[in-house]
Amino acid sequence: MSLPFLAKKSNDFPPIISVELIQIAEKTNIPFAPKEKKLIEKIKEEEKKLVSEQAPPKQVKKEKPDAVPMPDDEVKKVEKIKDDKQNPEKIDNEVKQVSEFEKKELFDPNSIAALIDKSKKDTAEILDNNDKKVTQDQDKNLGNVGLSLSEEDALKAQIFGCWSIPLGLPYNEDLMVRIKLELEPDGSVAKSEILDHARMNKPGQNFYKVLAESALRAVKLCQPLKVPTTGYERWKELQLNFDASEMLEG
Amino acid sequence: MKKYIKKISLILLFLILPFKAFALIEIDITRGNLDPLPVAVSPLSIDDNSKINFEKILNTENIGSEISTIVENNLRASGIFNPLNKDAFLQAPDIAHLKPRFEDWNLIKAQALITGKITYDEGKLRVEFRLWDVLAGKEILALAFTTAPNNWRRVGHIISDKVYERLTGEKGYFDTRIIYVAEEGPKTQRIKKLAIMDQDGFNNKFLTLGNELVLTPRFNPTSQMVTYLSYFKNLPRVYLLDIATGTQEVVGDFPGMTFAPRFSPDGKKIIMSFAKDGQSDIYVMDLENRIVERITNHPSIDTSPSFSPDEKYVTFNSDRSGHQQIYVMDSDGNNVKRISFGDGLYGTPVWSPRGDLIAFTKLHQGSFYIGVMRPDGSGERLLTENFYQEAPSWSPNGRILIFYRETKTDQEGDGFSAKLWSIDLTGYNERLIETETDASDPSWSSLLSN
Repeated sequence: MSLPFLAKKSNDFPPIISVELIQIAEKTNIPFAPKEKKLIEKIKEEEKKLVSEQAPPKQVKKEKPDAVPMPDDEVKKVEKIKDDKQNPEKIDNEVKQVSEFEKKELFDPNSIAALIDKSKKDTAEILDNNDKKVTQDQDKNLGNVGLSLSEEDALKAQIFGCWSIPLGLPYNEDLMVRIKLELEPDGSVAKSEILDHARMNKPGQNFYKVLAESALRAVKLCQPLKVPTTGYERWKELQLNFDASEMLEG
Repeated sequence: MKKYIKKISLILLFLILPFKAFALIEIDITRGNLDPLPVAVSPLSIDDNSKINFEKILNTENIGSEISTIVENNLRASGIFNPLNKDAFLQAPDIAHLKPRFEDWNLIKAQALITGKITYDEGKLRVEFRLWDVLAGKEILALAFTTAPNNWRRVGHIISDKVYERLTGEKGYFDTRIIYVAEEGPKTQRIKKLAIMDQDGFNNKFLTLGNELVLTPRFNPTSQMVTYLSYFKNLPRVYLLDIATGTQEVVGDFPGMTFAPRFSPDGKKIIMSFAKDGQSDIYVMDLENRIVERITNHPSIDTSPSFSPDEKYVTFNSDRSGHQQIYVMDSDGNNVKRISFGDGLYGTPVWSPRGDLIAFTKLHQGSFYIGVMRPDGSGERLLTENFYQEAPSWSPNGRILIFYRETKTDQEGDGFSAKLWSIDLTGYNERLIETETDASDPSWSSLLSN
């Protein structure tokens, strides 16, 4: 039996490479840089604390236990919040100055109910505004829920430019990433949170993780976001839904 | 007691109150830029002692720079990344590897940073690298490899694969080889040899001397085994060649002509077509027991079969409708369905390793196209057009296609050439793959290291 003549044995390829894994965690495990690691972790912890102690608790603190709205004095309480609403920046500044001492007060058992759901408090605000026939100025800030088309377009256009879509993503999988942002009045991002964060670390969700990271990079790259100059209350919290399927399908 | 009543009342109040708060504004981001991601590949740092040792062993001046150049070239060739100019780097490689100053890297618009360190470790090469997310300011990958020093090019490819996988979510394709037919001589008297090289064109080796005509080499998707056709007494025979050991064998003597052998995804079978009694049909051979099973039986020319990754289906081309078109059938030969309906002739269908697409060659109005369509025939996209090009082969991650392209000859019959090209699924990133000689019929290996 004749075989094609081989030039020479082709088995001079190098031996199989041995791979040693360095432990990879959410935070670096650099064995030779423990100081930096501790420092970074400390800074992150501090940032975390600040973030988790923002607006809602502070507002609660201002309402002393006796001021917690009972059905009888509901109107009075709502008026108070309405005052806050007219000066949102003031609230924001106050929140930033929360001291360690004040934080303890935040967990006053009498205030727990108010912590349950901030949105319910907002409900009270809107109801009150409607009932009391708010002034034109107030209406400008409160009555118009959502961004106008031009405002939304400006913001979209900005983020479109910052978002580098990972090109390897499959177009036939549900890969929408929802990110909730808390914004400062100047459009910078105070906090960004992936709403389906648990999916990031699930096995087989590499593509979701990659997309989520690209979305976070886009937000960081873009800030300060092009938000409207007025109506901070409307857009101080935004949800961005990143969906690359349209682009990847071509 | 009064206190508790107050609390309960408060909770009830909040539960009863209707929801009419500011709705959270949702904005859909459905567009972004498809520009390559800016990446900084810092040269791998190396201490003086290691540098001297590697210079002696490898005759390479600075192996750290060389490896980072491999990574850089791989990432650039993918079309997905844009490695930034090293002249703009502000931080020294060794310091950057310890703790990058993210502001500096941010300043040059890098979104990811690769750093590394090389050491000489008792005759071995130890390479450590880290991948950093510059905007998030954190490390997202850290690995180390220890290997024989002359494996240094592979280390560069493996680093590229790991970075690619971490930043795209899919496996890379850099630590791979391409087998192809090397061609020399005038068009009418071509000498064809089997040749193999790294996917970036380096480490080229000829596997045959050119005494016999060789055709259609195809890699086994699970190992470094190759099947190919070679002519013996003017009849093509199917051979198996183990790249790792250099051993080869004839798969079997088949009656009539044999065409287009290709491995099944699990590497245990070969699917091919035989021409017999005036018709060409598709057969599958089990490599363990060498039993051959006929899959199609039609008085037409059925050829170029390719399994789906799950081995449930087979795609092939056939002229049973009067013109050459692409069909899909169950792997036992049932439920034959035509999937190509566009103008022109369709051939050489190859199922993507990801399963989502079938690549093909199309001939229409004198031009050849390489394109892709979904397995149901929808979403046909033509990626590239040329005078003559064919034989697409998928990268192991199903992202890139490699094929060969021939040029026209002039009136004297000169000017002919055949070269390997690659293109990614976007159709934008078309690249010539440099080879020592003319080249055709490429086939991409699976990843050498998983």
